[in-house]
Amino acid sequence: MSSTTLDPTTRRVPPFGGLNTTVLRIELKRMLRNRRTVIFTLVFPAALFFAFGSGADWNQSVGHGNVAAYVMTSMALYGAALTAASGGAMVAMERALGWSRQLRLTPLSPTAYILMKALLALVLGAVAITVVNLAGLFQAKPSMPTHVWLACAVLTLLCTMVFAALGVFVGYLVPGENAMQVLGPGLALFSFLGNVFIPIDQGSTMWHVASLTPMFGVAEVSRAPLTGDLPWYAVVNAVVWLVLFVAGAAWRMSKDTARV
Amino acid sequence: MTSPRVPAISLGDLTKTFGDVHAVRGIDLQIEQGEIVAFLGPNGAGKTTTIDMLLGLSRPTTGSLEVLGLAPRQAISRGLVSAVMQTGGLLKDLTVRETVEYTASLFADTQPVDAVLAHAGITGLADRRVGKCSGGEQQRLRFAMALLSDPALLLLDEPTTGMDVEGRRAFWSAIRRDAEKGRTVLFATHYLEEADQYADRIVLMRRGRIVADGTGSQIKALAAGRTVRATLDDPDHQALARLDGVDSVEVRGDTVLLHARDTDTVARYLLTQTGAHDLEITARGIEEAFLTLTGDADETAQTAETGTRTPEGALR
Repeated sequence: MSSTTLDPTTRRVPPFGGLNTTVLRIELKRMLRNRRTVIFTLVFPAALFFAFGSGADWNQSVGHGNVAAYVMTSMALYGAALTAASGGAMVAMERALGWSRQLRLTPLSPTAYILMKALLALVLGAVAITVVNLAGLFQAKPSMPTHVWLACAVLTLLCTMVFAALGVFVGYLVPGENAMQVLGPGLALFSFLGNVFIPIDQGSTMWHVASLTPMFGVAEVSRAPLTGDLPWYAVVNAVVWLVLFVAGAAWRMSKDTARV
Repeated sequence: MTSPRVPAISLGDLTKTFGDVHAVRGIDLQIEQGEIVAFLGPNGAGKTTTIDMLLGLSRPTTGSLEVLGLAPRQAISRGLVSAVMQTGGLLKDLTVRETVEYTASLFADTQPVDAVLAHAGITGLADRRVGKCSGGEQQRLRFAMALLSDPALLLLDEPTTGMDVEGRRAFWSAIRRDAEKGRTVLFATHYLEEADQYADRIVLMRRGRIVADGTGSQIKALAAGRTVRATLDDPDHQALARLDGVDSVEVRGDTVLLHARDTDTVARYLLTQTGAHDLEITARGIEEAFLTLTGDADETAQTAETGTRTPEGALR
C-alpha cells in the first residue's frame, strides 16, 4: 500500500497504450459466449453455403474455379460482414453503457481501444471465413487453386472492415441491443442486392440498382482472384461505401464525446 | 518519506463553460495527500463538472489543474487516480472476475485480482455475470475496480446513493482505513450530514464557485444563527435589514422573520424601538444552515445548472 506521501514518478505507464492479450482473450470469449452472434455469424453462413452451393450447376466453370467456389466465397463474405458489423455495433453499445467512460479511467488509450476492436473484428471475421471455407472443404464441391482460395479469403477479410464501420454507425443510430435487429436483416437484404446470394443478370435494371448497394463492390473485390475480373465500378463502389460508413461512424462518435 | 510533498489536487482559477452555461466559474483549491474532502453542494453546483476535469474526461475552459503534480491523463496512465461512478460503466455479459481481470490487465502494476475481490467482499460472486448482480453488488465491483491500481487519489461521485444505512457505514469505514495509509479521497455529495460525518474538510460549492471551505463545524458555524419571528404592523423592511448581524428579512403579512447571528440585539430592537409583539426565537437546523449557504439569494443571477435543482428534496 502507499506510504503517507507518494512520489508519483515511481509509478509506471503500461506499454502499447494498455493493449494486452488478456483483454483480447476476454473480449473474444465474450463474443463467442453470445449465442446469437455464434448462430448468425458462424452457423448461418455455413448453412447458407450448403443450401446455395449445391445447386445443379455447382461444377460449372467460373474464372479459375467453379460455381461452388464462387458461392463459398460469397457466403464467407456474408458471415464475416455480419461479425464485423456486430463488433462495430458493440462499440456504440459500450459507449451507451458507460463502459468506454470507465475505460477512460484506466491507462487504455482511445486509439488502443479502437485498435483492439478492429483487431477483434478481424479475428472474428477470420473465424467466420474459416468456418465457411472448412464447410467447403468438407463438402468437397468448391474447386479453385490454393493460392486463389487464400487470396479470396484474405481479400474478404479486408472487405469486412467496411461493415465494421457500418456497425459502429448503425450502433449509434439504433441504440442499445436493437442494432443487430436492424443490421441482420439489413445485411441480408444488401447481400441479395449485392449479388452475394443469387446472381443477378448483368445489364438488367435490377443489376444497375444492385451495383449501387454496399455489398456489391466488396463482393466483386473479394471474388476477384477467382473470377479473374475486377470491374472499376466495383472498386469505386467499395471505396465510396467505406468512406461513407467511416464518415458516418466518425460523425456520430464525435457527437457523442461531449461527456465521453 | 523524503520525497517532496506533492499536493493531491491543485486547481487555479479553474473555469468550465458549456455554451452559455458557466458550470465552473473560477475555483482555486489545494488538497494535500491523505485528506478526506467532501465536495458539497446542490445538484448543478459544478461538483461533477470539476470531477470530470480532474479525471481528464473534459478539458477546463481556462485555468490550471494538476493531479499529484501531473496532468490528469498522465496521472491516470500511472494508476494514480481512480474513481467510482454512480451508475453504468459495467458490461453485463462479463463475469465479476473477468471484469476485474480485464481492468487489471490495463495497468502497469496492480494488486492481485483475488486479493482485490476479497477486499471488496465479492469473492463469492466471482463467476457470476455482472448483469445478474444486484445494485449493491455492482457498486462493490466498481469499488474493487477503482482500488486495483492502489490509487493515491480516489474520486467518488455520490458514492453511497442507493446504499442502506449499514452499507453506508461499512463503505465509509473501508474508506477511512485506506485514508489512514495515505490515500486522498474527494467525494461529491449533497448530503451535509454525510460530509460532516466522514470528511476532514468540506468544500462547499454553489453555482460553480467555492462558497466555503473548512471543517464540518466551521461550515456549520458559518451558517449558524437563529430566526426571530414577531408580529409587527407596518414593518420597516429597510431598517430591519440594516440591523447588526441580520442576514435576511422576510415579511409575511404582519409577520416578520429575521435570520440573524445576533438575535438578542434584534429582539431588543424589535421590543424597544417598534411595536412588535408575540416574539419567538428559534435555532436553525443543519439543513437550513446548508440551504442558507447554497440557496439562491440572488435570483437574478444566471443559472449555471443544466439539470433540475431540488436541494430540499435531496436533504435528509
